[in-house]
Amino acid sequence: MARTATESLARNVVESGQRAAARSNTTAGTDARRATFRVWRGAGSTGALQDYSTEVSEGMVVLDAIHRIQAESASDLAVRWNCKAGKCGSCSAEINGMPRLMCMTRLSELDLNEPVTVEPMRAFPPLKDLVTDVSSNFRAKKRIRKFTPRPPDSPDGTWRMAQSDADRVQEFRKCIECFLCQDVCHVLRDHRLHEQFVGPRLLVHAAQLEMHPLDILDRRDELKESHGIGYCNITKCCTKVCPENITITDNAIIPLKERVVDRHFDPLAKLVRLMRGKKAGRGIGEAGSGSAE
Amino acid sequence: MLVIGAGGAGLRAAIEAANGGASVGLVCKSLLGKAHTVMAEGGVAAALANVDDRDNWKVHFADTMRGGQYLNNWRMAELHAKEAPDRVKELEAMGAVFDRTPDGKILQRNFGGHKYPRLAHVGDRTGLEIIRTLQDFAIHQPIEVHMECTIVSLLKDGNRVAGALGYDRERGRFKLFSANAVVLATGGIGRAFTVTSNSWEYTGDGHALAYNAGAALQDMEFVQFHPTGMVWPPSVRGILVTEGVRGEGGILVNREGRRFMFDDVPENYRGQTADNEEEGWRYTQGDKSARRPPELLTRDHVARAIIKEVREGRGSPHGGVFLDISWIRAKLPNAEEHIKKKLPSMYHQFKQLADIDITKEPMEVGPTTHYVMGGIRVDADTQMSSVPGLFAAGEVGAGLHGANRLGGNSLSDLLVFGMRAGKYATEYAGRQSTPRVDAQQADTVVQAALAPFDRAGGENPYQVEHDLQAMMQELVGIVRREEEMRRALESLKTLKQRAAKVSVTGNREYNPGWHTALDIQNLLTVSEIVARAALERKESRGGHFRDDFPDKDPSYGKFNIVIKRGSSGDMQVTREPIPEMREDLKKIIEENK
Repeated sequence: MARTATESLARNVVESGQRAAARSNTTAGTDARRATFRVWRGAGSTGALQDYSTEVSEGMVVLDAIHRIQAESASDLAVRWNCKAGKCGSCSAEINGMPRLMCMTRLSELDLNEPVTVEPMRAFPPLKDLVTDVSSNFRAKKRIRKFTPRPPDSPDGTWRMAQSDADRVQEFRKCIECFLCQDVCHVLRDHRLHEQFVGPRLLVHAAQLEMHPLDILDRRDELKESHGIGYCNITKCCTKVCPENITITDNAIIPLKERVVDRHFDPLAKLVRLMRGKKAGRGIGEAGSGSAE
Repeated sequence: MLVIGAGGAGLRAAIEAANGGASVGLVCKSLLGKAHTVMAEGGVAAALANVDDRDNWKVHFADTMRGGQYLNNWRMAELHAKEAPDRVKELEAMGAVFDRTPDGKILQRNFGGHKYPRLAHVGDRTGLEIIRTLQDFAIHQPIEVHMECTIVSLLKDGNRVAGALGYDRERGRFKLFSANAVVLATGGIGRAFTVTSNSWEYTGDGHALAYNAGAALQDMEFVQFHPTGMVWPPSVRGILVTEGVRGEGGILVNREGRRFMFDDVPENYRGQTADNEEEGWRYTQGDKSARRPPELLTRDHVARAIIKEVREGRGSPHGGVFLDISWIRAKLPNAEEHIKKKLPSMYHQFKQLADIDITKEPMEVGPTTHYVMGGIRVDADTQMSSVPGLFAAGEVGAGLHGANRLGGNSLSDLLVFGMRAGKYATEYAGRQSTPRVDAQQADTVVQAALAPFDRAGGENPYQVEHDLQAMMQELVGIVRREEEMRRALESLKTLKQRAAKVSVTGNREYNPGWHTALDIQNLLTVSEIVARAALERKESRGGHFRDDFPDKDPSYGKFNIVIKRGSSGDMQVTREPIPEMREDLKKIIEENK
């Protein structure tokens, strides 16, 4: 029986072991090091940055440091977190001014000779310390009309869908709702138009619905009228901070804007739509019987 | 009615209750959509037979029972296997977008202990897809969501449940919920251990709430240590590495480069397991004539095999073993792209947290506390506990998984039994008159919850939590001994005294120190339950391994260990016989041997 691993595999593993051991060695010297974290402490809008010194070791992320500070010297330091693996999107903050997930920001990326600043997301009303009121995002989502599928393709109640069609919306459905894109969006952050503009996260949500292979609703009117898609002027800051690397502006917002423009300014499409009673400009899902318009 | 917990099970229960016309409250400790379900990676098990038409509910049932070493509640295993396909199809009607087969159906992948490719999935982020689908559906239903709210006690009216008392984390104000029926969907107990894949929320709240309300718990000795958690760097130790890596062809090797999983294949799986590397590879690539590689044996077995390698000095530099998917470069021309497509979040996780490119080099992995098979003892069909009006679904419930859970059976569990709990709790609630909530009872709970603020100069709650976790990891972890568990019970006495004296600073608004002070009460309760159940089971089976009783003892296969609070507040441990299995189900098991 061919039980032993192939030679190349064995070599691979041995080399990897050496690399892993080497990693440990390089860290030995830095293990006892201390670093300063300048953390926003406050209730509501009043507060100040406060310095905390704590020990840091190899592989630590900013969230580890915050937990250490909590355990050592500030047990009431408020912070949201859950999975600690970049999957739940709870621990969003501004680290040295950059919107990031604390659990995915390694200390080795930062200059520890200077204090590391950790602040709450500034686009949202502050609650306490690093925790902000993100409820506007949940309210905005409720206003976007829900997923509405065409009738099933098969008598057993299932649908057929090509992987290539699934791919397009799967990119949007990767979103972990960390709201960092909302945080960096100047419409929300600087102009505070939370009630007029749903923001990039919710436009990604709308995009996955609009481009969903099975969905038959047309949300273009509401995108323009009540979700404020016109406020976005494509500065692409949201795309830059997305921890899931969703191409928010190019793949979600711009195509949505184009659809809205088509609907409202293209007389031919309007005529076709009136005659067919369906949403125009959709390649997929047109087998749907009823129209939602 | 009230649903406590908004992961997959809680959301599914709330949706069903709203469908049934109930007025539903849904309480969650975090923001909506952040629950631990997001961490489920590999997929949801359902015998859809889209990839292999030999699959059906009978094979799924037999696989689940075999994996659980026949301690499972066979009726739950039957319902689960029969209903999982419909629950998955339903998700698609709610908007979920699963990966597809070439003919456009839901794609299914291989997983440990499942005879055929059975896990519907979305890359390696299936849990996120499921929770987001349910969340986005639920917000358009008449469900009142209470985010960032922690329940500290259930309230009773005589024998029956009458509601619950909790506090909102943001302001620290108490909230009283009056309810005809309560569904617990609070997840597990992983925070009782140091090395865990579980988030801070997993403090055994539902287990402790039910226990304190007088409900019976069972199978609490069975804690699943997932074989592959990250081991390096130290700060990420325990974070999950999906079984999907092995499903896609990943192999386990020790420091000598030896593929050790071939060394010891348990008797009852020998006929289904490949005996050479080539056959194992063919299986992962969909060859129906091939048997599965030994890396895809059940989690309890793989975890113990890894521990053995490490103990005998053949582990990796940081105390694990190597999990290698990069080797498939020798087999597939576009292996790097293939890995990134199939395992995107694993690629991301290792690249970002450990500087490792999994398409080029092996990962270091070791066992991590992942799941508790045990939980609240429930009626198989309705999910009602021994307390009238109190229901449980998902990880906090017990019975489906027996001594060991198969990967993928958790997401299907929470859909199938979340739906059932929601349905039957609604029916039950409709038959009841409004219960009386005793103000005195609520007041006592509030006073106890606020006590840590009144004590000055007491110990820091984080320290007590830390010491509890370290103690459980060492004494009631993956390998157990009588003497160590006796020591654990002694330590728990001391820890309880310490926990009763912790003090917290600051005010009630979003104060994690205070939250921890309350959470450790639940952790202490479940830790004692686990230790007592583990002491009682003097054999090794599934997730429970006794160094002093290393073999399976058939006489222990006839009962579940049940724990209940006695009338004087003491913990009562009993052995409850497993009912005789129905003949038709016995036959299915025989046919699938």
